[in-house]
Amino acid sequence: MTTTLLRIATAGSVDDGKSTLVGRLLHDAKAILADSLDDLARTSAERGFGGQAGALDLALVTDGLRAEREQGITIDVAYRYFSTARRSFILADCPGHVQYTRNTVTGASTADAAIVLVDARHGVLEQTRRHLGVLALLRVPQLVLAVNKMDLVDWDEQRFSAIETEVLDLAGQLGLQAATVIPVSALHGDNVVDPSAHSHWYAGPTLLGLLEELAPGRPAGTARLDVQYVIRPQGALAPGLDPEAYRDFRGYAGTLADGSLSVGETVGILSNGYPATSRVKAIGTPSGPVGTAQPGEAIVLELEDEVDIARGDTVVAGQLPQAVREFAAEVCILAPATLAEGQRVLLKHGTKVAAAKIGPISHVLDVADYSHRQADTLGLNDLGRLTVRSSAALSPADYSDSRTGGSFLLIEPATGRTLAAGIIGAGHAAA
Amino acid sequence: MSLTATAPTGTQRSVLDALEAESIHIIREVLAEFEKPGLLFSGGKDSVVVLHLLAKAVYPGRVPIPVVHIDTGHNFGEVLNFRDAVVEKYGLNLVVGSVQEYIDRGELAELPDGTRNRLQTRVLLDTIESNGFDVVFGGARRDEDKARAKERILSLRDEFGVWDPRNQRPEIWNLYNGRHEPGWHVRAFPISNWTERDIWAYIQRENIALPSIYFAHQRQVFERDGMWRAVTAVSQPEPAEQVVVRQVRYRTVGDASCTGAVLSAADTVEKVLDELAVATLTERGATRADDRISAAGMEDRKTEGYF
Repeated sequence: MTTTLLRIATAGSVDDGKSTLVGRLLHDAKAILADSLDDLARTSAERGFGGQAGALDLALVTDGLRAEREQGITIDVAYRYFSTARRSFILADCPGHVQYTRNTVTGASTADAAIVLVDARHGVLEQTRRHLGVLALLRVPQLVLAVNKMDLVDWDEQRFSAIETEVLDLAGQLGLQAATVIPVSALHGDNVVDPSAHSHWYAGPTLLGLLEELAPGRPAGTARLDVQYVIRPQGALAPGLDPEAYRDFRGYAGTLADGSLSVGETVGILSNGYPATSRVKAIGTPSGPVGTAQPGEAIVLELEDEVDIARGDTVVAGQLPQAVREFAAEVCILAPATLAEGQRVLLKHGTKVAAAKIGPISHVLDVADYSHRQADTLGLNDLGRLTVRSSAALSPADYSDSRTGGSFLLIEPATGRTLAAGIIGAGHAAA
Repeated sequence: MSLTATAPTGTQRSVLDALEAESIHIIREVLAEFEKPGLLFSGGKDSVVVLHLLAKAVYPGRVPIPVVHIDTGHNFGEVLNFRDAVVEKYGLNLVVGSVQEYIDRGELAELPDGTRNRLQTRVLLDTIESNGFDVVFGGARRDEDKARAKERILSLRDEFGVWDPRNQRPEIWNLYNGRHEPGWHVRAFPISNWTERDIWAYIQRENIALPSIYFAHQRQVFERDGMWRAVTAVSQPEPAEQVVVRQVRYRTVGDASCTGAVLSAADTVEKVLDELAVATLTERGATRADDRISAAGMEDRKTEGYF
């Protein structure tokens, strides 16, 4: 049986029990081995957790850094791995602090699904709205809302229904269609891996049961290859290969995105800003040559025609890529820096790095109520909309159609710092 | 409650296919964007897998970068022989940074406990600097350790080789940014998202050769701190420690003076996978005495510049 990989990100407010939920998920899915459990029991006892011998503070599972253990908070995204008979999971555990919006962006950028925690006692908070806004902006395909601490509201069905209605309305407003709401108690393990004996009124899946069911990936679109590396092995061939067979070999290495690509298909190329067309001659994969490559595969593409293609160029199935030098985008500022119109930056889009300038800033987003405010500059953790002017032609796509074609970084030229993550598109409910 | 299914893209790909593709993507980005990469290669299974992925990333070209071995001098002979055979097979350049030479020259002093893992840091940083590497690939995985779980795939080191865990560069989508200030370098970890089981399943699928000590064999060992230590020139029993012959294998290979063996009858990759399916100890917990010092043992070594 082929098991699949699902990437999950978590988001939640401070003190809503997110670390405990992640610890519970790993513990009940039997992903914590004996020596780590011993460490956990020892640390829990040292801190007097639970007041009884053997009680485990599951929140400690995700603490990684000394400062986090000392301060009892989560500072940075931590990655955890677990698997069931049906699926393997990579979980990006993102800190909940307001000032760590950039961490939620980091974790959610590669996620197939996100788990958002809501405290059953407090319902939807400003932080919840903020996290949902970020997840909507990043178009995370699947959303799971875990209403936690249900034990503290005596498993009140009315309380759960009210929160469920509120978050589903909010998710709908933001265009987050695929949302599921689950009542849980991370502390006691109800509906996390094992079904709860307290929620007889709830007929849905447990959290893990749902995560095993969710479909990974996104709808298929037009195949796109941003060329990473040109392989011309003449004189430096892998040992054992026949030099004659590779005399004229020229392969374009990259990761196929968005759609499948077959031998014989016509492709359009944006080569150093100029359009060209050719046909696919052969496709190599890590497992050998194939007739059709699937999105996500690391491939080496050979074309029928000699086209001048270099790193940073884009190959698209069936059509000519458009050449664009100016575009509008949503950005999240990731560094303690200020972005203003006229500023020089480096733009990394796909595999291309180009000199660029910040154009007009149209607004900054108030993530608490999704309203727009006028702004001349954007600072750390701000979400805003601006124009980017690139020195080189790019072939961007709308982020809703292509995570690869629709995303970019802005880099500070002098230091190399990543200033901002950007999302190309016409705009969004949360932006 | 509502649940809308999203159509998966193309056919369902296996976990190993997805991890392999991600790693090759990272390797190609690093090869393309850096001036002078090297590959840290110990002969251990993780660095062997990284080399295998590197060869695939550039196929049909040849591996275009040197391999770098930071040699503690406390080696298992089988691993050194394996290293040399791999260098020969791929036609690689080998750079060795020797801890023993530093000790012989008086530039490093042996630690009181005689182990050398910690002594590697100085040699590693000097080797990176003297060879002008602006990036080195490593085989570290996030499931190995709490500090590693937070480390980026491209991880910056300042001019002193120091890792600042609280000031890491965000890593978004698959857009890696390895730009850095002059004198700094980058550690690239393309198999960050692999688990120990993934590594073994991939070794099985790809039929990758490993040093023989990863598989069950008869060995003279003695028990110390709940671990089975091999009797070697650098690892001798105390008078009270009884030497016995046991069937063991290694889950990690490192400094022979502080790497423990596990009792095991797994003499094939298949049997190792069966054994891991029911293992109750983590890889490092079972085999690395130096990781047992404190919860922050790895974090402290990493901030000093360790692997």
